Amino acid sequence: MYVLVAGGGKVGANLGRLLLRAKHEVTLIEQRSDRFMQLEEEFEHAVHNGDATELHVLERAGIQRPPDLVLAVTGDDEDNVVICQLAKEKYDVPKVIARVNDPRNQAHFDLLGIAPTVCATSNILALIEHEVPEHDLIHLLELRGENLEIVEVHIAADSPVAGHRVETLRLPDGARLISVMRGSESEIAVGSTELRAGDQVLAILQPGKEDELRRVLLKA
Amino acid sequence: MKAIVIGCGRVGSSIAKQLLREGWDVTAIDEREEALSRLGEHWPGTFVVGHGMDVDVLREAGVEHADAVVVATDGDNTNLVVGQVVQKRFDVGCVVVRVLDPARAKFYEERGLRTVSPTSTAIEVLTDVVRSCMVGASEEVAH
Repeated sequence: MYVLVAGGGKVGANLGRLLLRAKHEVTLIEQRSDRFMQLEEEFEHAVHNGDATELHVLERAGIQRPPDLVLAVTGDDEDNVVICQLAKEKYDVPKVIARVNDPRNQAHFDLLGIAPTVCATSNILALIEHEVPEHDLIHLLELRGENLEIVEVHIAADSPVAGHRVETLRLPDGARLISVMRGSESEIAVGSTELRAGDQVLAILQPGKEDELRRVLLKA
Repeated sequence: MKAIVIGCGRVGSSIAKQLLREGWDVTAIDEREEALSRLGEHWPGTFVVGHGMDVDVLREAGVEHADAVVVATDGDNTNLVVGQVVQKRFDVGCVVVRVLDPARAKFYEERGLRTVSPTSTAIEVLTDVVRSCMVGASEEVAH
């Protein structure tokens, strides 16, 4: 596979290194000349110096072949958006992956159809939610293309559904329970599954249905 | 008519002042509070401190009721992304984006964003001036 990596910071350089080790062909683009010179010692001719949002820089790096994959992993979200738009729409690159630095910019990437995206801050926040028990509903996975998300809910002793079977629950439209984890045992949630205090329940739902789901599972 | 000018440097502030003189209700946005001084001592329009990528800042500036938005910060890619957000998310009919790089300006122009490249304009004007000098010079030779 031929991969073009835009941005030679820690993220880009490590990705380049790992992809090369996995026998892929890699070209890195780095804007800062001091950083470029550092990278050149390791990556030699596989690294180019320049602004990856400039067409002639991308072309010099081989975007017209085109690459199988472009990784837009600079530290600037606007640059990453433009790199992805140029790659997909001007050079017919089949797949792009973009880094989101500021989680507040996620909506812009979504609006402009840039996917998949990776945001370290959001990922860490999701892990915090998972670790900190006061969050009663934890986002595990967003399926953006499908407009669905998977969440985890902890059934507390005072939950109105503790002791009730799944088929008796009045779940909101657009939400379904997937599985119930009790101790170290997990089972698929079917109509006859009975929920108990202490259960970890996985649910799939449309974004925006979280509050309705909370009301059913958590609040008396 | 309401206009928002994002980026209040030399270009943005001049556009804001000109539109105001022509009777527009103008809001200028800039990250730096000092940029307000570019709008003169008694700026009768509105000024919002913040970044154009921040939708709360755009809303505060009244993007939901804007008839025109000019995006003229000093970053081409910021302008391109902010311009598209204003056009697609807030459905503003007239969005004009300053893009110094002529190649990127052309690409986004083809995709339906109104871009203006001062670099292209400068190249054309400067070349024309050289051409007209040459015409004058050859006429002198002919005389």
